[in-house]
Amino acid sequence: MNPEFFESVAMPLFDQLYNFSHWLTGDRTDAEDLVQETYAKALKGFRSFEEGTNLRAWMYRILRNTFLTSRAGLKAQTMAPLDDDDTDLEIVTSHNTTPEVLLLQKESEQKVMDALASMPVHYREIVLLSEIEEMSYKEIAQVLAIPMGTVMSRLARARTMLRQALTARSTEKAGKWTVIKTPSR
Amino acid sequence: MDCDQNAVTLGAYLDGELPAEKTGSVREHIGNCPRCAADLADLVMVRRALRPARGLFTPSAEFRRRVERQMERPRRRWWAMQFIPGAVLAAAVLLVVVAWTLYSHRTDGFSEIADMHVNALASANPVDVVSTDRHTVKPWFQGKIPFSFNVPELAGTEFNLVGGRLVYFHQRPGAQLIVAMRQHKISVLIFQDSPEMDKAFALPAGVRHSNAFSVESWQSEGLRFFVIGDAEPAGIDKLAQLMKVVNQ
Repeated sequence: MNPEFFESVAMPLFDQLYNFSHWLTGDRTDAEDLVQETYAKALKGFRSFEEGTNLRAWMYRILRNTFLTSRAGLKAQTMAPLDDDDTDLEIVTSHNTTPEVLLLQKESEQKVMDALASMPVHYREIVLLSEIEEMSYKEIAQVLAIPMGTVMSRLARARTMLRQALTARSTEKAGKWTVIKTPSR
Repeated sequence: MDCDQNAVTLGAYLDGELPAEKTGSVREHIGNCPRCAADLADLVMVRRALRPARGLFTPSAEFRRRVERQMERPRRRWWAMQFIPGAVLAAAVLLVVVAWTLYSHRTDGFSEIADMHVNALASANPVDVVSTDRHTVKPWFQGKIPFSFNVPELAGTEFNLVGGRLVYFHQRPGAQLIVAMRQHKISVLIFQDSPEMDKAFALPAGVRHSNAFSVESWQSEGLRFFVIGDAEPAGIDKLAQLMKVVNQ
């Protein structure tokens, strides 16, 4: 396929791919390397790209796979045990959040960023794809190459982790709550 | 009130990913379940808090240019790949056209030479000067053609000089000698050479066939010679060698 056509459809994704890449790597240089390699691979593989399929999901998938096989990606994975089993999701669902806590959370967006940045990579990426890139579950399933059910359970778990982290920090700051326990519903 | 919703369902509800038939009942449940309403509120707060993460990191203009440059190289290669086969094809077509044109010119040229030979044989007066003597035939051409040539001594060979006539090729006067070889008549045609003629008849040495005739052509001392007839190629070549020897 025409490289000019590839450029015209792939370059509009440049900013968001870079943002995603920076969130994954946590470093400007690594993010640039990752994006550059992604475009090189995509351009090389564009011949095999079937028109009509989701280009955005395809590009994100290349970037994500490239990251996971990079040194930083491999390191991130070893630090993040993955548990997609949703049987205990209800256990970690917190009901201790109060309007005061939520207010604190609202006031400290930076803390949200910190919480996101410190999440294990498999949860961070699914939050980014869903909340930042606003991808559908179907698209996320394509990017991560996982079933839809796994997308739903992993995303729920990631959100729960974010809520826990936020609530814990807010609680620490408030000085009046202890670290959240996760009672069953 | 019993609550059978879980985080997955609430998340899917928030994301608008629940099947249509289930959305209504979940919405209704949230309206009646304070815990799920609070959970949903949490999810909405998380979503809002994550908004600044969108576009938080932006690539530098220099980096963008670098990636764009990276894509220009394959683009140039791609264009080259698109045009090179076309250019090769065009060159091949041009080559064929040129070759065909040259060939057709040569074919046309040899056809004219063959026509002169046939005309002479078909004419009621095949020769203007009838003589077996080369010393009679050669002087006859003086003043009629703007060049001079030599006629070999044919006595003692299988060839007999019949005579000569004046011919024109592309408005240029030339000499035609009629030579008999047994029952065969062979024409020896001599013209002043020119770049056009050289181009039209530049062929590898030796006898070739044209319109059922054997013909040999060569250039020597500013003259272009043809020996053409229906005799066997060896006879044509032998007469051509005799002519070459005396006109070098």
